[in-house]
Order: sequence, then C-alpha cells, then structure tokens
Amino acid sequence: MTDPLALDPVLPPRERSEPSARRWNEDLPHDERFEHFEAHVLGGGKIEPNDWMPDEYRTAVLRFVEMHANSELMGVLPEREWIMRAPTLRRKLALTSKVQDEVGHAQLLYRVAEDLGKSREAMFDDLLAGKTKFHNVFHYPTETWADIGIIAWLVDAAAIVAQQALRDSSYGPYARTMQKICWEESVHIMHGRDVVVTLVNGTPAQRAILQDALNRWWGPLMQMHGPRSDRTKDRDLHWRIKAKTSEELRQEFLTIYVPRLLELGLTIPDPALRFDAGAGEWRYTDPDWNELRTVVTNHGPKSQERLEFRRLNREATAWVRAAILAEPRAAA
Amino acid sequence: MTDDGNRMIDEGAPVPPPGDLDDPSRRPAGVLEPFEVFRQEKDGDPMRHGGNVLAPDPELALHYAREMFGRRGESVRLWVVRRADINVLEDLDLLQPPLDRSFKKPGGYVMRDKLAAARSRAGTSKPGARAGSHATTDRRGGAQ
Repeated sequence: MTDPLALDPVLPPRERSEPSARRWNEDLPHDERFEHFEAHVLGGGKIEPNDWMPDEYRTAVLRFVEMHANSELMGVLPEREWIMRAPTLRRKLALTSKVQDEVGHAQLLYRVAEDLGKSREAMFDDLLAGKTKFHNVFHYPTETWADIGIIAWLVDAAAIVAQQALRDSSYGPYARTMQKICWEESVHIMHGRDVVVTLVNGTPAQRAILQDALNRWWGPLMQMHGPRSDRTKDRDLHWRIKAKTSEELRQEFLTIYVPRLLELGLTIPDPALRFDAGAGEWRYTDPDWNELRTVVTNHGPKSQERLEFRRLNREATAWVRAAILAEPRAAA
Repeated sequence: MTDDGNRMIDEGAPVPPPGDLDDPSRRPAGVLEPFEVFRQEKDGDPMRHGGNVLAPDPELALHYAREMFGRRGESVRLWVVRRADINVLEDLDLLQPPLDRSFKKPGGYVMRDKLAAARSRAGTSKPGARAGSHATTDRRGGAQ
C-alpha cells in the first residue's frame, strides 16, 4: 500500500517534528534499531503488537502476561467451590459474577499473549504440564465462607495494587486491558469487604471463622508479591513492562489495608508488624519464601487437584473447540 | 451482515462477488463504500471511532481518513474498516437487561453503617486519610 504521506506531505519532511515517529520499525541494523526501541520505551512510549521489538522484550512481556492470565483462570477455582454454598441469593449472584469476571480477564489476557506469538493451546499445555506458573494464593484450600470474603477483599486488593501500576505498562495492549480489569476488580474488593464487615457484625462464631481465615491467608498474602529484588537488575522494570518492585507493592498494600483490618477489630497474625515512621515503611516478619517456592512449583495443598480439574475441564470441552475450528460443511 | 443500503452502486455495474472489492482489476467503476475511521490520539491510547469516509477501496479510504482526521497532527495512527464488515449488536434486552445487577457495581455495596457498627463493637476509630483508596470508580475501563 502506498504511504499516504508520500502523496502530499502536510509539512515538508524537514519541518516534521521527527523524521519518523517510530524509527525502530524501520529497516536498520539491529543495534541501531534496538537503540531507538530502548529510547522510545525508556522515554515512556508504548509498543504495539505490530511494532518491531527485541526478542527479549517479546519474551518478557509474554511471560508476564501469560502468568497473569494463568492466575486469573486458576484463581476462579477456589471461589467457584463456594457458589453453591453462598449464604444468600445476592451473595451467590455476586460470587458468580466475580467468577465470570475473572474468567473474562483470563480471556482478555490470553488474547494479549496470543498476539505476542504463543498459541492458547500451547499456553494451556504448559500450564497443565507445570512449565508455567500461577499465583501462590490460588494453590490453597477455601475452608469456610469467610475465606471467600478474605480472598475477594485482600487477595484482590493485593493484586490490584500491582495491576494499577500496570496500567502504565510500556506494552500498549496490556496497559489498556488493565484499565478494564482494574475497574472490575475494584467491585470485587467492595464485594469482599462487604462480606467481611457483615461477618464482623455477626455472631461470635462468624467473627471466629473470619479471624481464622485471616490467620491462614496472611502468610500467602505477604508472599504474594515475591521477595525483595534489586531494582537495577529487573528487566521487566527496566523496560517498563511493570512499574514497581515487589517490596513497593507489599508496602503499598500494607499502608492501605492494615488500618482497615484494625478498624474492624481483627488481629493481624504477625507480632512484628509495625509502621516504622522514621524509615517511612512497614516492618514485618520475613515471609516464608520456601513456602512460596514450594507452592508456586505446584506443590501446594491444592495445586494438583486444581490442575486436574482444569485438565478434566479441557477434555470435556474439547468438542466445542473442535466444532469451532472445523471446516465449514458445504451448504445443504 | 450485508449493508447494501449504504453502498452507492452504479445501477449499470455488475455487483461484485464478496471478497473481490480489494482487487482493483476486478472492482467495478463507481462503487463507493463507507469506511469507518478509528484514530489514536497519542501513543498508547485506545483506538477510538472518529467518523467515516466514502471510498472505493481501503487504500483511498486511508488517504481520505488522513485528510479528515490527520491534517492537524491530531492522530498518531488511523484504521479504516469497511462498514459492511462491522457486525452490530444493539439489543437492549441483552445489553441492558432490566434486572437488578447492582452487585456488579461499586454502588451496590454501601458499607457506611456496617463499618460504624463494626467500629463501635471493636472500640476502634476510622483510619486516617493515609489509608488511601482502591475504589477506582473514576476509571470506567469498560465504558470508554
């Protein structure tokens, strides 16, 4: 196709602001292209699917988005178990809706990942084979209805701290998808907090299951963002695929949610937790990083059961995919 | 979905079989079609609908689109899509069902009184402003 600018330039080329807005797409030697790419990304620019990108960047975005998509997909399984046991019709509707939302997020994110060059089938293969991971918090059992409140409020809150920062990702499709996802997650948080506050105002037994749920989930929540890392060595940060370190995200989570938990009269199961006003940050017992490693390599209490569920589900729905992909039959 | 009403067809010209409009050698003269134009205002923004142009093919549609939506540097990217290729859903029974779906929206959760009750039971006070907020109701991601 002819370049529309070639016919009748609006401005003579030398008066245009830049010779070309996307120099790294031009046919240049690799190193020169790479320099243009880096300058664009480090300057806050966005990368779109048809732009040239170094393989390292493509792989890094793909890994990040694929892990996020896997987590949305696997993350509905613990909650799904409680749809039939929700205490009221309204809670059942809200929980069903949340599960639908999360599966929808997985769909959006797998699309972003597919555009980077890996098929959805390959991503499911790798997830089921344990070659790719999903978030630690989705490897644990849900013991009571209070777990559903804690998950929807605090797990989604910990996730949204990270996701809000991703709305500024250098990969354009991911950043835009995150706008919609954050909007929906903010409703999940309200749903979860409403469940929690209702339990707090309930019977002693209800408060007891809530405190018990918090005690069990606090460790995984503190591990969720991962160990402290060196900002200068983090390639995802360097290329602005993500915007904050794991410790920054954890601190932000604590700043917002510790006061809200204390407000309800709940006890946070970490005697060392306190805000160090001098340093301007939270102090806490070092999370159990061995547990994190064990769990995310699919050795968590529910890892195999949930993967098996996904495996069975994939087999049971194989005929749907086959029907969609089949050659259309000649019209009768 | 066909959209012949929007197509300016020379009565005398044979109607091309679908799929042949991209091939200039097989395109009959005088057939203009609306193309919807989407524009990106700045790097990283979503593509938004800008308007439409009438053209015989996507290439000329892009030239027109550039004249209409790119002359003042107001776009960094343009897409044109043949209007006949757009499939529309506007059934309000499906899109706006008349049911109470407030549990899907932040407004469906009013916690002020419940929180006050919880505080009075626990003997705590309202957290300070430092607690910030995660209710991102200002970001209507689904309805841009």
